[in-house]
Amino acid sequence: MNSPAHLSAFWSDFIIVITVLMMVGCLALLFANSRGVVGESSDHVWDDDLRENNNPLPRWWFNLFVLTILFAAGYLALYPGLGNLPGRLGWSSTQQMHATLDSITAKRRAAFAALAGKDVASLSTDPAALSLGRAVFIGNCAGCHGADARGALGFPDLSDQDWLFGGAPEQIVASITHGREAQMPAFNGILSADALQALLDFVPYWSDAKLSPAKRSTGLQQFQQTCAACHGADGHGNQALGAPNLSDDIWLFGGSRERVRETILFGRHAQMPAHETILAPDEIRVVAAYVYSLSHTATTAAAGAQPPVPSAP
Amino acid sequence: MQAATSAVRYEDAVIRKFAVMTVVWGIVGMLVGVWLAAELLWPQLNMDIPWLTYSRLRPLHTNAVIFAFGGSALFASSYWCVQRTCRAALFLPKLAAFTFWGWMLVIVAAAITLPLGITQGKEYAELEWPIDILIAIVWVAFAVVFFGTIAKRTVAHIYVANWFFGAFILAVALLHIVNSAAIPVSLWKSYSAYSGATDAMVQWWYGHNAVGFFLTAGFLGMMYYFVPKQVGRPIYSYRLSIVHFWALIAVYMWAGPHHLHYTALPDWVQSLGMVFSLILLAPSWGGMINGIMTLSGAWHKLREDPILKFLIVSLSFYGMSTFEGPMMSIKTVNALSHYTDWGIGHVHSGALGWVAMISIGSMYALIPRAFGLPQMYSIKAINLHFWMSTVGTVLYITAMWSAGLMQGLMWRATEADGTLTYSFIESLKATYPFYAVRLLGGLMFFSGMLVMAWNVWRTLVPRTTPAALPVGAHA
Repeated sequence: MNSPAHLSAFWSDFIIVITVLMMVGCLALLFANSRGVVGESSDHVWDDDLRENNNPLPRWWFNLFVLTILFAAGYLALYPGLGNLPGRLGWSSTQQMHATLDSITAKRRAAFAALAGKDVASLSTDPAALSLGRAVFIGNCAGCHGADARGALGFPDLSDQDWLFGGAPEQIVASITHGREAQMPAFNGILSADALQALLDFVPYWSDAKLSPAKRSTGLQQFQQTCAACHGADGHGNQALGAPNLSDDIWLFGGSRERVRETILFGRHAQMPAHETILAPDEIRVVAAYVYSLSHTATTAAAGAQPPVPSAP
Repeated sequence: MQAATSAVRYEDAVIRKFAVMTVVWGIVGMLVGVWLAAELLWPQLNMDIPWLTYSRLRPLHTNAVIFAFGGSALFASSYWCVQRTCRAALFLPKLAAFTFWGWMLVIVAAAITLPLGITQGKEYAELEWPIDILIAIVWVAFAVVFFGTIAKRTVAHIYVANWFFGAFILAVALLHIVNSAAIPVSLWKSYSAYSGATDAMVQWWYGHNAVGFFLTAGFLGMMYYFVPKQVGRPIYSYRLSIVHFWALIAVYMWAGPHHLHYTALPDWVQSLGMVFSLILLAPSWGGMINGIMTLSGAWHKLREDPILKFLIVSLSFYGMSTFEGPMMSIKTVNALSHYTDWGIGHVHSGALGWVAMISIGSMYALIPRAFGLPQMYSIKAINLHFWMSTVGTVLYITAMWSAGLMQGLMWRATEADGTLTYSFIESLKATYPFYAVRLLGGLMFFSGMLVMAWNVWRTLVPRTTPAALPVGAHA
């Protein structure tokens, strides 16, 4: 445990002396002026009509003043304050912090011990694990993915069925533990104007049934040449690379024509940081279970009958 | 006595300038405050322009309301009070005029450099070293004018208001020079002369005494002149003045560490900061008692005189804030209140309720007299302004108290397993409705200043027109 920083003997004594002098001085000032008669007046006059009475100090105010000084004396006897004197209670903020931390750590150990040996899928239906997982999520993940896990531009929604690197329990654990990184190369200067046009007429509207068949077929043709190597011939993406599915209406970096143009021309780079040095394996398991539960409990309840709900672009 | 009056020609030109600028800077500073309150509700209002971001406008708001608005009111009222209670014209009136132009230059420099992001990063002491040097020069000039006038006084006793103005001037010089000590590396960049916990302690020794001497002692000086003048009755107790003055200026110097509870500051310093903040309660209340009790036997005047309403209600807010402050400095209370909007509420109950309202009341009394007029153009408008200020302040501080309590409770809430119940962002979302109420309160207070500007305009501008009347009468 940290030993409190010590003042030299001189400075410690100096602090004690001036502190006591201040408190005694206040009392002396009070008692020296404690008398007086109600309605007494001074004969001072300023600026024609500014005068002063000299009423006695209000008794309740006098007592309040004395009381605060007595409280201070008592407090300084019990707690550190007078130079190096530790105070009779032996309290220090470092000790208090360690005591609080120890009690929290003990509670957490007990909570995790109850979950030992369970796999992520079974933890995802255990309310105690989900409560722990949510707390880890709030403290570590919500900054990018949002407190509701719905993500933001450049940060994937973790509550839907669309997974960049796979949504199986072990894949989620891997993403959290080791992090993920994905890159979309820049095509500026590589693509002809016509090729870019063909892609922009098609990719943003892939899931739109009203897209004209001509544009779809021209776009798809260009797509095979430029994009299919990573995003797949059918546009369903590739979870080994983190290449997103482009045939749905979920857009990591925005699905407007302008955003897609920016993505194609200048590329994208996204990174999920590794958490193996930040979180304990137990914490990773419960937060993975929490994330898994977000998309999974809904599907199990609906028995897979519903199609994935497209999120707003 | 009357002979003495006619013998002294007071130097009021500089006072007129400072008084008008009090209104102008009040409007500017509070407008920035309202804008910031709106940015907290609608962050897009910064329009992605760096100069308009919250982080840069916030110090502009605090500097404008404290040093431009409050400072101008203090210059005006101290110059007014010291001449009249000493029966002597200002010492070196040209130097007094320099303090006006110098202070305005400081404010303009602040208004340019702070939005540009030029800052020392010390709260209420953000301005960079060249401006700090200018402040020091202006402040020393202020001290020379003020104490020079005291020295040439023709009245034996020094009036209590001047004790407070004097303490304010001396202490602010000391605080400013010590806290602003820095090593410049270029024209607009410097590094503090102190490091680590020492730097933090020097900063909050400055910070809390800026509250104690600039925002309390200075305005108590204003109160001690304008309250008895407006009521027409003697100050309640000379004895109380003595005790609370000496206790206040001695004890305030110790209170700074309560801004650094539960930090790297050694425990003994934190304890001393806490106990002396508690001892500060009675000396602070001494000023409130002396002001309010001056009214005893003349309470009916509160009904008729809106200027007196400003002065007395400001003393009530002063009493509230100086009770709240010691309570918040108790470590266990501070553990809940610190870093929450409760702090913002506390500051504004002092800044709007006390500092701004005592200044506004005093300026309504001072402006017509400084211009040789019987009274303000519209007394009804003063009354309207009073109610807008009071309701605005109450809305503002109750919103921030509630928000702060809620935030403190949400941040400390833990689950049975020891984990936090809420994320920070959840507490922010929960604060939104309170931000809206705060904006409304601030908007009301700001609009009141516009009423004041109109009233001052109507009071001062027709001064030239009556001269035309006799011409018409002759024709």
